[in-house]
Amino acid sequence: MANALDPHAAIVVQASAATPAPLTTADGQPLTRALARSQRVARRRAFMLVLPLLAFILVTFALPIGQMLGRSVHNDGYSANMSRMAAWFAANPPGTEREEAAFEALARDISDAAAARTIGIVGTRINYDVPGTRSLFTSSGRQLRELPDPPFRKAMVEINPQWDNDRLWVAMRSASTAVTGNFYLAAVDRTRNEDGAVMRVAENQRVYLMLFWRTFMLSLLITGLTFVLGFPIAHLLATLPTRRSNLLMILVLLPFWTSLLVRTTAWIVLLQQQGVVNDILVWLGVIGNGQRLQMIYNQTGTIVAMTHILLPFMVLPLYSVMRTINPSYVRAARSLGATSWTAFRRVYFPQTLPGFGAGALLVFILAVGYYITPALVGGSSGQLISNMIAVHMTDTLNWSLAAALAALLLAGVLALYWIYDRLVGIDNLKLG
Amino acid sequence: MRTASILGAALTLLASPSLAQDINITTYGGAFAEALNEAYTKPFAAETGIGARMIDNSDPPAKLKAEVEAGNVTSEVYDVEQSDVIRLCDEGLIEPIDPALLPAAADGTPAADDYLPGALHECGVAIMVWSTVIAYDTEAFPDAAPATVADFFDLETFPGKRGIIKRPKYALEFALMGDGVPPEEVYDVLATPEGVDRAFAKLDEIKDQVVWWEAGAQAPQLLADGEVSMTLAYNGRIFDAIVAEGKPFAFIWDGQNLDMDYWVIPVGAANTEAAMKYIAYSTDPVRQADLSKYIAYGPSRLSAATNVGLYKDGTTEMAPYLPTTPENAAVALVNDAGFWADHGTELTERFSAWLAAN
Repeated sequence: MANALDPHAAIVVQASAATPAPLTTADGQPLTRALARSQRVARRRAFMLVLPLLAFILVTFALPIGQMLGRSVHNDGYSANMSRMAAWFAANPPGTEREEAAFEALARDISDAAAARTIGIVGTRINYDVPGTRSLFTSSGRQLRELPDPPFRKAMVEINPQWDNDRLWVAMRSASTAVTGNFYLAAVDRTRNEDGAVMRVAENQRVYLMLFWRTFMLSLLITGLTFVLGFPIAHLLATLPTRRSNLLMILVLLPFWTSLLVRTTAWIVLLQQQGVVNDILVWLGVIGNGQRLQMIYNQTGTIVAMTHILLPFMVLPLYSVMRTINPSYVRAARSLGATSWTAFRRVYFPQTLPGFGAGALLVFILAVGYYITPALVGGSSGQLISNMIAVHMTDTLNWSLAAALAALLLAGVLALYWIYDRLVGIDNLKLG
Repeated sequence: MRTASILGAALTLLASPSLAQDINITTYGGAFAEALNEAYTKPFAAETGIGARMIDNSDPPAKLKAEVEAGNVTSEVYDVEQSDVIRLCDEGLIEPIDPALLPAAADGTPAADDYLPGALHECGVAIMVWSTVIAYDTEAFPDAAPATVADFFDLETFPGKRGIIKRPKYALEFALMGDGVPPEEVYDVLATPEGVDRAFAKLDEIKDQVVWWEAGAQAPQLLADGEVSMTLAYNGRIFDAIVAEGKPFAFIWDGQNLDMDYWVIPVGAANTEAAMKYIAYSTDPVRQADLSKYIAYGPSRLSAATNVGLYKDGTTEMAPYLPTTPENAAVALVNDAGFWADHGTELTERFSAWLAAN
């Protein structure tokens, strides 16, 4: 039994006596349930507050991106409009001889699709795999408004000998199911041959892998350049007296607030062959009038313009981190005998890394998706993968291929983000 | 849920269909929409009493497609490009247009025989013609002016850099014509692998002297800055540079590549009868030429070419600047959107790979 002098004893005794009756609120409800209810109401109210934002993000961000990515593996342009063909392909395994029944299904499906005016969709789908076949479908559709007399194989070949082409049938088989990986194959410069086996496309068609590689390498280079250029600026901003650093800050922010197009065209004015820089070099006699340098409409132009445009994204996180670094650390290191280089290397620089991480991630991810600047100043050697995505979105209207390219780009960025997290740790990121 | 229903209601309000008698006309906006409004829409509303309203949209074909699929069509008439007419018609999203309903030419020629090739489509009527054309700086060639597509590829006689649009479309056609292929055979040749090789081989001859441009405004700028001495350009841009800014530029009409914009009527439009009236009104040969008073685009009707008058400044004779004036259109190629729908992806890949290989 508890000691009478033990102050806890009374409570213990009371508690053990009161076990059967649960705690209740003033109006007699069990306390736990009342508490849970009031918390539920609070949670719901909090959720209602974020609901508009959630709905906004869902409608304007998650849904369109999800739908777009869906297009990269799903295209029912053929399967939904050529039901007899889809059924024939489902019933007959690859390698089956194309007999009369197959051609009858083909003729009837094309005829129906022409009547329903979906033949363009069908042709466009096959055209993605076998270029030049879109008009084969539409023109044959016009001739097949009335069904020909059997035998259908002969009739179809008479309309166009292309209809008995192996590659076309491989493409039609692969399109007869809505889900396909062909767009991803195309996005890595691969295609399927007559037997349906994956192979590389002709050498003069290979472009995407090279562009992915170039995009990542240029983005890395630009990230490095912004760091080299931005670090001293950020350091200066962080250490100058406030009045002068504010003035400098405006010089960093003014271009940041200026339109991207204005800054890009400003670089054109400066760097073109009849531009300011070349004029000055010729005037100084450094180069002759006939040897004006080509500094824009190529890779150099892309690197210069993008580095300049992305510089603030490196300077600002670095600056915000450097502001918080206590100068007495470096002073302490110096007083303990470190040279200024060692103090910088061992004490100051490591403390700026969170800012570098944030800046590098920002600059790199922005650079990977850059579009307008390389389009305007990239010429032939400064094109990035985003330019090809844009071409397929707006020019060739091959949205499925654009989606596949975009998905690969997104996957690449996420993979790099993951590596960054493993190596540096995303918690070390500091934006301000 | 409540947010969604409010959002839905707001969207419905924004997209309410036009009133019973009125028509809406959706275009790409900008200077062309203004010209359409002055030349056709305002006089149409005044003469017929049918209310007609211009709506600007950055992408009319996409809007049309979305509206037809949602069963909520807000405009009766849309302005779309050639490739879109073909696509939208194939997909059954726009109404067929009967050429018999279009006004005949002054001499009685039925409308069906009075249009440029390709200008009358099963589902659309071309309303104007613009062109991608070679323009040059007259000051760069004081002795002898270049006159043909072949001159564009002749770096010895006509030195200086060349500006070309960074797309296979136009670049490849000009390359073949520069290599001596007559316009009527260009797309047949380009449809063969040898033809494509031939076009790239021609471009190879001048590749290191080419400045590739992307936005239409870049072409006159490159000329004005002296970066190039000759460039492919959109005729309207060069016209503005010559007339509005007094630049010393000139056209080589030889081998120009014609493109057209079309009127189309979406399936499920509320007021197709009034829409057809508007289309017939605006394609009348006399009135069609009125458009050129406001913008440097030519009429798509053959008999309208002679009706073209002065520019809105009151002094500039428009005929010499229009792609459709008979002497300018003598050696012209009508861009084949069907060909590019077939081969666009493949040729874009080849072109990009070729560009990247130095």
